[in-house]
Amino acid sequence: MKKRELICIGCPMGCALTVELEGNEVVSVTGNTCKRGEDYARKEVTNPTRIVTSTVKVANGVLAAVSVKTEKDIPKGRIFDCVRALKDVTVTAPVHIGDVIMKDVAGTGVNVIATKDVGI
Amino acid sequence: MYDVVIIGAGVSGSAVARELSRYQLNICVVEKEEDVCCGTSKANSAIVHAGFDAANGSLMAKLNVEGNEMMEGLSKELDFPFQRNGSLVVCLNEADRPNLEALYERGVKNGVKELRIIERDELVALEPNIADEAVAALYAPTGGIVCPFGMNIAFAENAAVNGVTFQFDTEVTGFEKNEDNWVVKTTKGDLETRYVVNAAGVYADVFHNMVSEKKIHITPRRGDYCLLDRSTGGFVSHTIFQLPGKFGKGVLVTPTVHGNTLVGPTAIDIEDKEGVNTTQEGIDELIAKAGTTVKGLPIRQVITSFAGLRAHEDGHEFLIGELEDAKGFIDCAGIESPGLTSAPAVGKMVAGIIRDLTDAKEKEDFIATRKGILNPKTLSKEEYATLIKEKPEYANVICRCETITEGEIIDAIRRPLGAKSLDGVKRRTRAGMGRCQSGFCSPRTIEILARECGVDPSEITKSGGNSKIIVGTNKDRL
Amino acid sequence: MLNYDIVIVGGGPAGLAAAISAKKHGVERILVLERDKELGGILNQCIHNGFGLHTFKEELTGPEYAGRFVDQLLEAKIEYKLNTMVLHISEDKVITAMNREEGILEIQAKAVILAMGCRERSRGALNIPGYRPAGIYSAGTAQRLVNMEGYLPGREVVILGSGDIGLIMARRMTLEGAKVKVVAELLPYSGGLKRNIVQCLNDFDIPLKLSHTVVDIKGKERVEGVTLAQVDENRRPIPGTEEFYSCDTLLLSCGLIPENELSRELGVEMSPVTSGPLVNESLETNIEGVFACGNVLHVHDLVDFVSQEAEAAGKHAAEYVLEGKKAVGREIPIIATDGVRYTVPKTINPMRMEEEHVIRFRVGDVYKNCYVSVYFGTERIIHRKRPIVAPGEMEQVVLKKAQLLEYASIDTITVKLEME
Repeated sequence: MKKRELICIGCPMGCALTVELEGNEVVSVTGNTCKRGEDYARKEVTNPTRIVTSTVKVANGVLAAVSVKTEKDIPKGRIFDCVRALKDVTVTAPVHIGDVIMKDVAGTGVNVIATKDVGI
Repeated sequence: MYDVVIIGAGVSGSAVARELSRYQLNICVVEKEEDVCCGTSKANSAIVHAGFDAANGSLMAKLNVEGNEMMEGLSKELDFPFQRNGSLVVCLNEADRPNLEALYERGVKNGVKELRIIERDELVALEPNIADEAVAALYAPTGGIVCPFGMNIAFAENAAVNGVTFQFDTEVTGFEKNEDNWVVKTTKGDLETRYVVNAAGVYADVFHNMVSEKKIHITPRRGDYCLLDRSTGGFVSHTIFQLPGKFGKGVLVTPTVHGNTLVGPTAIDIEDKEGVNTTQEGIDELIAKAGTTVKGLPIRQVITSFAGLRAHEDGHEFLIGELEDAKGFIDCAGIESPGLTSAPAVGKMVAGIIRDLTDAKEKEDFIATRKGILNPKTLSKEEYATLIKEKPEYANVICRCETITEGEIIDAIRRPLGAKSLDGVKRRTRAGMGRCQSGFCSPRTIEILARECGVDPSEITKSGGNSKIIVGTNKDRL
Repeated sequence: MLNYDIVIVGGGPAGLAAAISAKKHGVERILVLERDKELGGILNQCIHNGFGLHTFKEELTGPEYAGRFVDQLLEAKIEYKLNTMVLHISEDKVITAMNREEGILEIQAKAVILAMGCRERSRGALNIPGYRPAGIYSAGTAQRLVNMEGYLPGREVVILGSGDIGLIMARRMTLEGAKVKVVAELLPYSGGLKRNIVQCLNDFDIPLKLSHTVVDIKGKERVEGVTLAQVDENRRPIPGTEEFYSCDTLLLSCGLIPENELSRELGVEMSPVTSGPLVNESLETNIEGVFACGNVLHVHDLVDFVSQEAEAAGKHAAEYVLEGKKAVGREIPIIATDGVRYTVPKTINPMRMEEEHVIRFRVGDVYKNCYVSVYFGTERIIHRKRPIVAPGEMEQVVLKKAQLLEYASIDTITVKLEME
């Protein structure tokens, strides 16, 4: 039996979690206040993932950049692949919250979407 | 070929330039920094000294008293902030009273007017926060405070309007003396001139020693300061010095013309003529000493600390005049405190020397007055409303701590010798000089500077040279 | 002179939620004044995710969270003015403001809600010695440059202060291609949220040095490096522990200060602890009809709590406009002591309070296995075990009206930490 101590990043409460592992199998999660904490712990010890937020350039907009995020979490090890894929992307204003900026970013199967409106 | 090349666009060099611009002379000011007022002139106590401190019979004493008397008229003529708030030298110990009386005597001999010693009751009435130990004080109603940037910039702008050339980012590297002219070697090429004025602040000894066998030595004497938030305004209303004595030399506590409280300076002799870094020891010393003359100093309200270098000449005297072994080279060296106060008189004196040497005639079209940057806060509501109708940029507040509008910043950039950097804008308008210290306004000021100067925002600097704010774009090296 | 029932100063998260709530509670003539060119305040530059779990039960980025409130504001047809700077608020609630199109405006309000937010502590206020070159930014200034304008303010970064914005910027600058060398924190614990240490520092192997500070800044034009040193328990640098880091950028994330210049001018009584107004249970200041909410009142960790607080302020302002001040009951002061630095509100009137009232507070240090206790007079009413409390994380207790009414004669309510 292995034990791993984690801090939940599900929300700003930052619960201190203890995960008990039998090989790669999660036996128990304690210390969480909600279901999200348990889900996070199970994932974090087997396949850690993160939402990635960044910006891409905007042409002809009131702002020079628009904020974006991965629609879902992607494997932690792919974070830099994701931002590199966004390096040369330029979108043209207007941009709306939820617009897909890039489909299937870096082969993760996850779309990158805009998180802000940028008008002309 | 210039008639006069002035080295240094600090307050002395700029005062000389402005006085000389009255005459039919071809004048150039060379400055190694990107703007005027970048050395000693920008980091000092901002005090207009009454004149009791300098030794009797010294040039320092003479020019101090003269400069003080000229200040009010000049501040109106050239539109810079000045206030005659009076100064107090506080005696904290009966045993030190003879020193106070000696200071009084010296002041009277120097020609300081209205000087008198006041007792504790009157002192408390003038300054309710005075220390409980204070027994008496030397009161000099002629003492004042000035905006050092405002004065320096006003001199320079007015000189420029009257035809003086300013060459920035230009460092003097040497001199060649010919039969009847000088070649001033610089990093931007040679300048030929009949006369050289050495107003190079802490570097004045370097240039002097390049041309003269009678060597001088200037020590950069660092002074650390703390500037307190404008919410401390009114904590003291006079400039408060500590009488040197049992409690040491002390530091001064003074209001500024903009309503802050300034505390300082320390006095630390250093080697590096660019050593304007504050140190922990310096700030600690300052904080320890600051509370001696006043009680309950709100030192926690500090919004910035900074250090300036006094150009301390070994003999502690202003060295002004043509060098005997280098004709045509006029020193304006050793200008340390009361240098700011004396600047108007220094300018007049040096200009007088050159006038006498050249027999230059006065210009008929000399423009004696200059209008500063319009501060809309001084307008009535109706006037302000009219201004906004004509120039809506005066309704766009960029610096929220000091309520400085886009209109004022544009004015600072577009006027003669306009601002090119964030610090240039700051010294001219106070944008970024408030309690958030430019955290909020700097991105916005960069935008305005870039637009007005027609460059990319990444070209804008804090204070010229390599002081860039933006070094790249997102992901550019990924 | 324009006339409105409620004028809200600030169109950030607090101002938006207050306006929407006031409208919901029956006030029609509401005006939001915002100095920036868009609504949403600081959320516009907080492009990371983690907002809204309490409010929307999903994880949003800052601009998305703001967007939800802006949509509600537009739907409710609440008036607002952008690029409008409030210059002054008078005691009789005349607001002087200014913008390019309308010039100087005078607006008479029946109630005013202060929602101006906060600003960052600057290098100057921290008295960090050294040169003053370019390359020293507050974390929020860097955040604006990177997230809104797409500019990198530096390539090799040291961060002083482990406040949330600093932690978030450590990750942001890393993801945009900068190298964040270290985060130094003066205190023996982080001022930021634990989750941010995990996902902003640990994820990228950025070291966090607790009990460390910057003792020197090198570089005359642009930062060339900083010297860190360990500090003792009095927060004084320990000689001999200095370590030089070459870098071109120093980011400061050393705390936020409520922006109360307008409030002070207005005569609002301030708390020396929070630097925000002292308010009663209705979030009303000492000046009748002037309310405060969000970071102008006290600095929050979570925007969700800002929205909740602002909603209450909007409701109470609406009640004030529609019904006048309820002159019932009496205000019982809440004393914060023994590790509790302050409470919001500062007083509570049992007759005016809701059935349940959330008292928010911060502690002054890290305490383990302690109890949060509430005393009505001398009687302990709440005694809640907390495994760990820290200054970086806001705490709360809930008071019940029914219970407080039973203690009609008490003079004080005390909130404190107890070890047993």
